[in-house]
Amino acid sequence: SMESIGVLMMCPMSSYLENELQKRFNLIRFWNFQEKSVFLETHRNSIGAVVGNASTGADAELINDLPKLEIISSFSVGIDKIDLGKCKEKGIRVTNTPDVLTEDVADVAISLILTLLRRLCECDRYVRSGKWKYGDFQLTTKFSGKSVGILGLGRIGTAIAKRAEAFSCPVSYYSRRVKPDLGYKYYPTVVELAQNSDILVVACPLTDETRHIVNRNVMDALGAKGVLINIGRGPHVDEQELVNALTEGRLGGAALDVFEQEPHVPEELFGLQNVVLLPHVGSGTVETENAMADLVVANLEAHFAGESLLTPVV
Amino acid sequence: MAEESPLVLVHRPPTMKYMDEPLTRYYRILTTHASSDPLPLFLSRHASSVRAVVSIGRFKIDAGFLSRLPSLQLIVCTSVGTDHVDLPECNRRGIAVTNAGGAYSEDVADYAVGLLISFLRRIPAADRYVRSGTWAKCGEFQLGIKLSGKRVGILGLGSIGSLIAKRLEPFGCIISYNSTCQKQSIPYLYYPDVVSLAANNDVIVLCCALNDQTRHIVNREVMESLGKNGVIINVGRGGLIDEKEMVKCLVEGVIGGAGLDAFEKEPGVPVELFGLDNVVLSPHCAIATPGSFDNVVELALANLKAFFSNQPLISRVRLN
Repeated sequence: SMESIGVLMMCPMSSYLENELQKRFNLIRFWNFQEKSVFLETHRNSIGAVVGNASTGADAELINDLPKLEIISSFSVGIDKIDLGKCKEKGIRVTNTPDVLTEDVADVAISLILTLLRRLCECDRYVRSGKWKYGDFQLTTKFSGKSVGILGLGRIGTAIAKRAEAFSCPVSYYSRRVKPDLGYKYYPTVVELAQNSDILVVACPLTDETRHIVNRNVMDALGAKGVLINIGRGPHVDEQELVNALTEGRLGGAALDVFEQEPHVPEELFGLQNVVLLPHVGSGTVETENAMADLVVANLEAHFAGESLLTPVV
Repeated sequence: MAEESPLVLVHRPPTMKYMDEPLTRYYRILTTHASSDPLPLFLSRHASSVRAVVSIGRFKIDAGFLSRLPSLQLIVCTSVGTDHVDLPECNRRGIAVTNAGGAYSEDVADYAVGLLISFLRRIPAADRYVRSGTWAKCGEFQLGIKLSGKRVGILGLGSIGSLIAKRLEPFGCIISYNSTCQKQSIPYLYYPDVVSLAANNDVIVLCCALNDQTRHIVNREVMESLGKNGVIINVGRGGLIDEKEMVKCLVEGVIGGAGLDAFEKEPGVPVELFGLDNVVLSPHCAIATPGSFDNVVELALANLKAFFSNQPLISRVRLN
């Protein structure tokens, strides 16, 4: 029966998911162990599945440590924290949570643009601090009609494009493959996309090829009037370069939901007016997290029942 | 012999100067704040021949003001709202009034969407959570509310309301409306009154004109109808909402929350709101981008030019 299957949850990510896993499997919480060696001594042979998320996955070392591991089910769509090569080598299946979080993440991307350009956080602070009594808030930057460049036109990138179109924004993109059916302008390099965009949105998966894809050249191309929006992964952006570009005024602004070393954020950003900083909330709604959890559970149940996986990556 | 250019009276706060230079290209201007005389005296002394007034900001243009301008035939407002103008008196006197038309509509529509998403996804609080260093110490931020699938009722489907609806559609919102005009061509569901609009929606967005019919149109009954998960977004006028009741409803959880760009006694804001985390507050700046001001300058000049050359006005407001 499935109740004897050991499922290793790597970190707290959703109490709903914990409960659902606990009901069906032998749930083992990795964070309850002070030392990995203690955990391995007791449990290494009973773990059939690992559940990870955007911050904690399964590297080669962990995969090698768990001889009975059959499947890794990630509570996220991005699976850059899982050693896919090692999984393929060992025949371990990998699933993620696409589609169910697409809308929420796209909504946050647009929210980041509006919040940054129209200075919504500062407006709220301005009223709450009582400053409005002494004068009007400054002028802010219009969003409608601005050119939006999307780096990665997958599910999330396409959802962002559709939303931006409703604001009369011309949309262009850079992607591994041209997608002529969608009708947006394609640029063959990220630098050209940045040169031709007021707003650059990062929405591609994190791979070896896309690490630091937004580098100094891209930021310079985006320029002092351009803004960067990141709802992908922190390592997409050369964060130190970003801090320099912002503090030196070479980049107009940045609105970020992800960082290289979450939850640590470069403190130089805290005092800047032209940034918005969010604690990785892209898929953070009750409805979406529950849907993600249901998908994780459904994939695990399907696997251990010998049925087809719902959302396999490997 | 060159004709002297017409005299235009500019009624504005001292700080709002953006119309002065554009106007002086074509007209001689008189500004009401420039003199130390009390306003009625100033008008009687200097403005008896004035045929056109440009109204900037929300300084009242009441019957008393109008009575000092016997030659007045046109008031050009740089705002969309004309609730600061005694419209019935203008109607009686045969004075035409123009407003900002669609000059601000995109910026206000953008802002309304921004207020809504930033409320549901708790953006200002989330940004504070990071900047204060709390994320590093305390871990995951609280969950927000999904926008997709929400029913959004728009009160006032004019220029701004239509653009809000268009923007929210790809977010998966279900749009309905209540408006003074119900048209067959409008693809959204119509509700005959505000209470039923509130009862059948998760969010109501206020973007209608403030007048005698709409003052406090969002009252306790409407808020109870909207319910404990309901959200009000106000990019219209503060007077559309019974503000005292709204504060109670927010504090007591009668409604879920609000995104507010306008208040009854600006820049005064009820202090009870400052400590709430179920509101996003904004200092009446939904219009405030350089592009919007460029648009309204262009429109104001176009209305004046039409008037002085006996052509139809561009953005005339109905007075009755």
